[in-house]
Amino acid sequence: MPSYVITEKCDGCKAQDKTACQYICPNDLMALDRNIMKAFNQEPEQCWECYNCVKICPQQAIEVRGYADFVPLGANVIPLRGTDSIMWTVKFRNGSLKRFKFPIRTTAEGSVDPYTGKPEPDFSKLKGSGFFNAPARTA
Amino acid sequence: MEKETCTFSFCQRPEVIEVETDLLLIGGGMACCGAAFEAARWATPKGLKVTMVDKAATDRSGAVAMGLSAINTYIGENKVEDYVRYVRGDLMGIIREDLVFDLGRHVDDSVWLFEEWGLPIWKKADDGFSLDGFQARDEGKALLKDGGVPVRSGKWQIMINGESYKVVVAEAAKAALEFNRKALNIPQNHFERVFIVKLYKDANDPKRVAAAAGFSVRENKIYLFKAKAMVNAAGGAVNVFRPRSVAEGQGRAWYPVWNSGSGFALGMQVGAELTMMENRFVPARFKDGYGPVGAWFLFFKAKASNALGEDYCTGENFEETKKLYSPYAEKMGTAIRNHMMMMDMKKGKGPILMRTHDAMAELATKMDAKRIKHLEAEAWEDFLDMAIGQAGLWAAKNVEPNKEPSEIMPTEPYLLGSHAGCAGFWCSGPGDIKGTPAEWSWGYNRMSTVKGLFMAGDVVGASGHKFSSGSHAEGRIAAKAALALILDEPNFKPTIKATADEVAAELYLPYEVFEKYKVYSTDPFVNPYYIRPKMLQARLQKIGDEYFGGISTWYMTSKTMLDEGLKQLEILKEDAGKMAAANLHELMRCWENYHRILSLEAHARHILFREESRYPGYYYRGDFLAINDKDWKCFVNSVYDPETFKWEIKKVPYVQLFD
Repeated sequence: MPSYVITEKCDGCKAQDKTACQYICPNDLMALDRNIMKAFNQEPEQCWECYNCVKICPQQAIEVRGYADFVPLGANVIPLRGTDSIMWTVKFRNGSLKRFKFPIRTTAEGSVDPYTGKPEPDFSKLKGSGFFNAPARTA
Repeated sequence: MEKETCTFSFCQRPEVIEVETDLLLIGGGMACCGAAFEAARWATPKGLKVTMVDKAATDRSGAVAMGLSAINTYIGENKVEDYVRYVRGDLMGIIREDLVFDLGRHVDDSVWLFEEWGLPIWKKADDGFSLDGFQARDEGKALLKDGGVPVRSGKWQIMINGESYKVVVAEAAKAALEFNRKALNIPQNHFERVFIVKLYKDANDPKRVAAAAGFSVRENKIYLFKAKAMVNAAGGAVNVFRPRSVAEGQGRAWYPVWNSGSGFALGMQVGAELTMMENRFVPARFKDGYGPVGAWFLFFKAKASNALGEDYCTGENFEETKKLYSPYAEKMGTAIRNHMMMMDMKKGKGPILMRTHDAMAELATKMDAKRIKHLEAEAWEDFLDMAIGQAGLWAAKNVEPNKEPSEIMPTEPYLLGSHAGCAGFWCSGPGDIKGTPAEWSWGYNRMSTVKGLFMAGDVVGASGHKFSSGSHAEGRIAAKAALALILDEPNFKPTIKATADEVAAELYLPYEVFEKYKVYSTDPFVNPYYIRPKMLQARLQKIGDEYFGGISTWYMTSKTMLDEGLKQLEILKEDAGKMAAANLHELMRCWENYHRILSLEAHARHILFREESRYPGYYYRGDFLAINDKDWKCFVNSVYDPETFKWEIKKVPYVQLFD
């Protein structure tokens, strides 16, 4: 299901050096047309439909249209990703709707503190099993 | 044909940036995020630099970029030895049990960290039903590390709310890199959007790796990283075979479409020894959308059948299968079930169906309406967390899983070593597992046969079923061992023979070729002097599919087919010298496809060497249709010489460590 950009909604992420979708796409698919300052998916057949561009777009300008070689028209799946949960709206071809809300994380964004409260590494154990913070199981 | 060279007469000469580091992490997925977390803690007090280079943005790179609905490896209340037995059974009897045991004894700590960092993990409610990550927290359920009880979808799998799984894990990795960067006052040690193309050996020690070269996909810059040790976790190989969907839908690969075989190719180009590259994975998934079936099978207890409602794993199919594949047939591993599914497909008894409606009806007899609604949400979350397109496909087809079954289908083949496959490199084991042959460990855990080059995740061979959590743990194991090597040999100074200019010329050759010839024809896509990456990939996939046992031959190949395909692949490799890139994005695609070529060649040469059909349901040697334990219950290892293009392939004895 390649992502596509809705012309009216995309603002090219204004004057930034790259757009949010360009930043996040794991497959380097999103590009910016500098003439019209709108983003587009430059290689739709390499799109995994991971929705990361859809989720990150500050204008909600990106959606996904089912892979035309096997997905019938008329449905869509739209996420709204917040700081701790994500809401999904699934619209069926026959018009019926389903809505879901799922947790995405239990801590505040940016709050991960990797080492505070963890032990210092013990260099006498560098060559054995186990990690700096915990020994390996024995069975 | 005349060989092309790059002298920057046509394309712009890039700036070459040299970065010196102690430990280089190639990749940004689960394995390298684990490596960064473990490495920065050990390295920083010793003043050692840790650098990560990722071809995408680490928040959403690698195989977990979309998210996951389960963690498939959590030992918990089980025994590590039983995990080894399970992996051995599913991978048809040949695994490195030392590596698998080592993984199993370490993996839980990574899962505990994920929960600490904020990954919501389902817990079992007092009434036996499930609580999502928020409900569990709000009800005061204990963390896993404190004895909390997860919701098991299978013996080894636990359910999560994993939309942001990778974001959470990346946050810890990035904070770890920052910890190292700030303490050592390094300007930058985390490079995103830099694609590593090749590794270089040390000028003074030809058995040791010394540098990695890549380019920015955003600006005209080449990066040359010199490192005392490296962790290669650049992923498996997707779209090396022609996929079932060849138009837009080829993006909907089951495994991430951006896994381009770089992990295999990087090691191969410095001569690291491979193992079990004949292994592949052909998952049976919901047709076209490739949505996960694991939760349906294991959690909702759904059954699959042929279109007539019959279980294809019984009766005549099972009797026939036993004749060729006993005693493996009786174990009913993933490959064997695929095999029997295809027996029915060939008889015209398809479509094969996942009987979701029967499973929901059965569950409805045990639950009230509210619980059923919760269950329905869980089923949709399974897709929305990790294969959103499958949800879109069901919506577009008005599928109501409680009312009708859905079609499942075996996919095109994939090469990987962290999921239910075990292709990869021959790595040193931990050395402390009883009964391990001495030659299976050469000092540093997860080091390849090239000194200083460590492996993790998809590229450690003969050690599958690690999945996301195991890859993270393995990255940590590899990084820690790499630091031990760095500390043991503090005076090693990585140097390479190639000059910065030579490196730049090699990497930018496809750019030069395009610029040189692009005006010859009026259509830059049709030009006799070069091949664009899209067509290179199509040729590669066609060879893989038609000669090496892809979908078009029902996964069937043979010596004669392999010989012919390899001939054509050799010519394709030669033509790769005329790859053409119109921009940096295409330059990445060119080299990705070169990596795919090398990965597929290794796969084909191993299949050719192993004269049996070890993985029925994944591929068949028509000339050796049975499993032959007497001659082939062994590893197949190989070394590729990147200078001469020659292969050395051999058998290595399998040793069982656990009964």
